[in-house]
Amino acid sequence: MKEKQNNLRQSLRDFFIASEDEQNGGVKERISGLRRYVSKIKPNFVEGGRFAWLQSTFEAFESFLFVPDTTTKQGCQIRDAVDLKRTMITVVIALMPALLFGIWNIGYQHYLALAETVSFWYMIGFGLAKALPVIVVSYVTGLAIEFTFAQIRHHQVNEGFLVTGMLIPMVLPPDIPLWMVAVATAFAVIIGKEAFGGTGMNLVNPALLARAFLFFAYPSVMSGDKVWIADQPDAFTGATPLGILANGGTELPSAWTMVWGGIPGSMGETSVIAIALGATLLLITGIANWRIVLSVFAGGIGIGLVFNAIGATPYMQLPFYYHLIMGGFAFGAIFMATDPVTAPQTNTGKWIYGLLIGIFAVLLRVLNSAYAEGMMLAILLMNCFAPLIDHCVIAKNIRMRQKRAVVTSKASAK
Amino acid sequence: MAQVIKIKQGLDIKLKGKAGRAVNCIEPEFFALQPTDFVGLTPRLLVKEGDNVKIGTPLFCDKHDECIRFTAPISGTVSEIRRGPKRLLQAVVIQSDKQLETEDFKVGELSKEGITQNLLESGLWPTIRQRPYSIVARPDDSPKAFFVSAFDSSPLAPDMDFLAEHFPDSLQKGLDILNILCNGKLHFCVHAEKTKSEVLLKAKNIILHTFSGPHPSGNVGTQINKICPINKGDIVWHCGLPEVINIGHFFLTGRLDFSRLYATAGTGMLHPHYCKTQLGASIAALVEGNLKDGHQRLISGNVLTGQAVSQNDFIGFYHNMLTAIPEGDQRQELLGWIWPGFKKFSMSRTFPSAFIPNALQPDYELDTNLHGEERAYVMTGEFEKVFPFNIYPLQLIKACLIGDLDLMENLGIYEVEPEDFALCEFIDTSKTDIQQIIHKGLELVRKENEG
Repeated sequence: MKEKQNNLRQSLRDFFIASEDEQNGGVKERISGLRRYVSKIKPNFVEGGRFAWLQSTFEAFESFLFVPDTTTKQGCQIRDAVDLKRTMITVVIALMPALLFGIWNIGYQHYLALAETVSFWYMIGFGLAKALPVIVVSYVTGLAIEFTFAQIRHHQVNEGFLVTGMLIPMVLPPDIPLWMVAVATAFAVIIGKEAFGGTGMNLVNPALLARAFLFFAYPSVMSGDKVWIADQPDAFTGATPLGILANGGTELPSAWTMVWGGIPGSMGETSVIAIALGATLLLITGIANWRIVLSVFAGGIGIGLVFNAIGATPYMQLPFYYHLIMGGFAFGAIFMATDPVTAPQTNTGKWIYGLLIGIFAVLLRVLNSAYAEGMMLAILLMNCFAPLIDHCVIAKNIRMRQKRAVVTSKASAK
Repeated sequence: MAQVIKIKQGLDIKLKGKAGRAVNCIEPEFFALQPTDFVGLTPRLLVKEGDNVKIGTPLFCDKHDECIRFTAPISGTVSEIRRGPKRLLQAVVIQSDKQLETEDFKVGELSKEGITQNLLESGLWPTIRQRPYSIVARPDDSPKAFFVSAFDSSPLAPDMDFLAEHFPDSLQKGLDILNILCNGKLHFCVHAEKTKSEVLLKAKNIILHTFSGPHPSGNVGTQINKICPINKGDIVWHCGLPEVINIGHFFLTGRLDFSRLYATAGTGMLHPHYCKTQLGASIAALVEGNLKDGHQRLISGNVLTGQAVSQNDFIGFYHNMLTAIPEGDQRQELLGWIWPGFKKFSMSRTFPSAFIPNALQPDYELDTNLHGEERAYVMTGEFEKVFPFNIYPLQLIKACLIGDLDLMENLGIYEVEPEDFALCEFIDTSKTDIQQIIHKGLELVRKENEG
């Protein structure tokens, strides 16, 4: 029995990590069984192979398993250890606390509405049953499109969708029909990203575009009081705080409840604490730009204080910090506004962009009750203006250079 | 002392295998001058195989300006004219007779014209390069300033203090000469902490500037940008410290001597040290008996900007060192994107190494693995951390990619050279060849401006 166990352990180790020595051109190499298998099937997937039409897909999976042995050719002979895969995976890890909380919260809200007391694992189980299909549909639809486009263009698959595919389920209500998830994802990836040239070229954040698409195409499943709790009984009103306010109500959950997140809402957005955990990772690793995060919150606080000072309507009298913990403000500020592709590329631009997102998000919430969630629209709006902001910032640099040239040419003329 | 110019953006990459202060005098059999070392040069060959040459005998000249000559660094016979695709002249190889015979030169009066004439005849002129474009300076131009960087901040770089103390008189003479050549606009840049040699700190006939901070503070491009930035139409000349010593020696003794102290460094070397020999020595001779087993990458120059070479090749005209590091083509790490990577070096804080303060960083053993695959530009704001110019790096790179001449000019293409972007290329998450992109952009601008 013990021997069997040892044998199994040994063969598993051989397959994944350790390895046997092998003579290859006189050089002793350590190769794992997995590597050997991947190398064996590789010829089928290159030009002329049986599955050449899956080349991009194969390469994506191969480089996912193994860091490629590509070396530098010219210019810099050594390279930094970081790559886009690691960057994107770090963002996915940062999303985990909010996702796990969201899964639990789906169950919690459901049983709260039914007024039933069940154990923690029941809530998780219910949440998983609701959330997993949405996540799977989002990833499968998006990745299928990405792989197809990569193959047609003879490109390698970019890692951008790893994050987008996780963000899309997290900004949707839990009860969303799966076909809508697929349609929205396809729309976001094809129209929002691939039409512009793929990862790195898109104008607006694809995950938010998916949400905006559903919001305008199928408003009945994306807004109102009935969508935010899965399998909600009719007698129960499960309005989000923003929904309550948009309808002129003032009976909000306590600030503390909104911070820890036991309220109805999109899967990822409710718990400020879970989002803060992810934010910590993103800010420490420097993947999210702190200028954007800081300025979005500063913008939100600023306009909140202005409204407090005016105080013309009950909504305006709402304490300014409520805006930061309600709805998608925190989630958007950390995970959406910081998307480096759709934000301005200059540091000065990032400050302006962030401030305006914070201002517009609260402005839309307070002054336009037709759109309860201002954050989504504020970020999409500023995504569109990001190139303009950059243009102005860079124009300043260009003017400085032209002015300097004139001054020196005048001086040398004298 | 003048004000210290602080360079805040940059990165010191600490590598194992720094050259120790031992000097090994070697007498390689083969030397070569490679026209491909000179940007934009169309050479006109002046010798043929079997010709006997002395130090200073012209081997080829610039087809467009024949007074710019490139002369033999050693005496002997021309053993091979090496040509590449489309008969491109790659190298004129000389087999040394080990006699070090020189052509006779008469050092004339030390006026600007006299010096220019002497430098052109002796073949020392090509050691002076101009910015923009990094081409060999044109004798008729009058530069806005002349720069000499007295320290090299790149990884494993040879110690310029060590070099200066080897040839103190030649160095000072060289500076005197260059000062006359540029009408007293000779800027000489030292490092606040790294430069300790009195020879450099007490140099005369120069305008001294003190820099502090990490690489690229030693790059002449950084220094020019901070002291007198290049506008459209401006020309700035620059010259390396070893070249200044060659020039000084010539004017001091009247004898032409292309002696160089090359650092042979990197983890691929058994004993990293200095080799004293002449310009253009063969790589095989420089690494003889000093190379570790296994697959090594040999680099003429430093790891950031140098050229990959083989033992058949020769050290580059403007290079001061030969680096050997392991090739990174052996290892295929399973799921490499998820492990903490304690031994890996990165500027990105997704790796633990980025949290160690610079002074406490251990020395790393880096190989040539790309650590990923080429991708679209996604991350922003990264390059700004290692790029100490008031230029938007990503925007300039993109302008070069699309070949928009006006935009390149507006964004400051004249102020940069590929080597200024070396660190950007090193840290690039998207693994693009930024130096190549900038080079192509600059060539486009140069051809446009020269008609």
